[in-house]
Amino acid sequence: MQTSALSRYIGLIPSSVMIGAFFVIPFVLILLTSVSTPTDDGGYATSFDLQHFERFLTWFYIERALFSAGLCALIAVLSLLIAYPFTYFLTNFPPRTQTYWLIYILAQLSLSEVLIAFSWQILLSRTAGVANILVWIGVIEKSFAMTPSAGAVVAALVYLTVPFSVLLLFPALSRLDKSLIEASRTLGASPLRTFFTVVVPVTRPAIISGGVTVFVLTLGAIIVPQVLGKPEHWTLSVLITDQAIFNFNMPFASALAVVLLVLSATVIWLVTKFSGKKA
Amino acid sequence: MRALRSIYLALFALYLIGPILVIAAVSFNAKKFLAFPPRGFSFRWYAEVFVANDWFTALKNSLFVAFASASLSVLIALPVAYFAWRYGLRYAKALLALGVAPFILPPVIMALAFLLFFTGIGVNGLMINVIIAHAIFLLALPLVTISLGLESVDTALIEASQTMGASNAVVFRTVILPIAAPFAFAGFAFCFVLSLNEYIIALMTVGFSVETLPIKIFNALRYGYTPVIASIAVIFMVINIVIFALIARFSNLARILGAME
Repeated sequence: MQTSALSRYIGLIPSSVMIGAFFVIPFVLILLTSVSTPTDDGGYATSFDLQHFERFLTWFYIERALFSAGLCALIAVLSLLIAYPFTYFLTNFPPRTQTYWLIYILAQLSLSEVLIAFSWQILLSRTAGVANILVWIGVIEKSFAMTPSAGAVVAALVYLTVPFSVLLLFPALSRLDKSLIEASRTLGASPLRTFFTVVVPVTRPAIISGGVTVFVLTLGAIIVPQVLGKPEHWTLSVLITDQAIFNFNMPFASALAVVLLVLSATVIWLVTKFSGKKA
Repeated sequence: MRALRSIYLALFALYLIGPILVIAAVSFNAKKFLAFPPRGFSFRWYAEVFVANDWFTALKNSLFVAFASASLSVLIALPVAYFAWRYGLRYAKALLALGVAPFILPPVIMALAFLLFFTGIGVNGLMINVIIAHAIFLLALPLVTISLGLESVDTALIEASQTMGASNAVVFRTVILPIAAPFAFAGFAFCFVLSLNEYIIALMTVGFSVETLPIKIFNALRYGYTPVIASIAVIFMVINIVIFALIARFSNLARILGAME
């Protein structure tokens, strides 16, 4: 017996309503608000006004956007460099050990950014931080606070994204045809040479799509730059929050959000185009 | 070569687990000021989470929001994934792609979108707002896990049961559901954990009326250090580990994460 075509669509109504009402409409609202005009009473009215984008086109905000993009690119590269060899070793671990590691990595990946920022604040503090270890081994004389600084932001962001990098590389590396490695080894290549001439090239699409994902993910980081950095380390996401929550400037926050959206979409598009394979 | 590998693995483990261990050590500190190595040993900061009214309320709020939004998210995802897989409906597939989108965007974009939406319709700061917002934001997780689960259902089984005269409802209940249920559970659990830890969307939907734990922690951070945060970090890490261990136990973790069978 076949279900009638109509009843299949009826089954989809509740989900359609939810996705339409709570994703599509809010999303369109951002676009509309970004081109709205402020009114005298502090609100904003629908129109097609590009003044908020003009405001973005000042050096201060352009510089923030470039800084955000540069920082995210740096984090993506560092994060993949650290995670790649581990993920490669991980896929060769016995299944049980693999599962334990995956559980731990998922647990850390899910840990709130607030808590990650907090733990790095402690780790880099004067009284309880790594500086004390340096004092202990005699590198420096007196402990000091390592925050706020650009280094602290980078360290915590890499820490935040490494678990994601591992999980993004995991499918490609665990599906890697092991006979390729055996062939390379039988032909006399060293493990290191095999790694760089066989494993890395074969998993190139995963490396590229992983890099893009980490880039977009870091663009979304909001607490680490605020807690561990100075205002000059704030990224677009922080500025959007600042405009929306503390300045109540919804149109400008929306315009910045559209810029962030375009930035993420462009990077995703460019990389999927040039890597020739979908993420 | 072997030595190099061991050194790298040890350093990696230290980098990954080290900060968590430091937090755990700090959370057992007997004194209120920050010190590592800890001075004395005490559980008082853990007790504080359950005794101090404000922390406990935040914990209850967070758990309730996580449970409700994960349930809602699975309920929204289930028909979409099912109709896309079973009948290959183009509309269901489009809905699936649309449902995955919020999770890919930087979260602040969706947070702002929800803020505009809820202030726009004049419903401010209700707990239901953050529940719906999280359910939509995390919808990608149950959509993906349930789709994965359905793909592993052997179509020959369905045909066999239909030949034997089973109706669609019976096929769903006796063949599809038992195979797909662990994956739906995995989707639920992923949602639960991520909702529990989510900050910016909660802040922009209910930040000024309902305090979830991440919001409370961030507010506390701005007024200085308290060891309670360290104990919450440890509690959250334990909750995360337990839930992912459950997923690994009842469903195939490596497969969900993209490894081959």
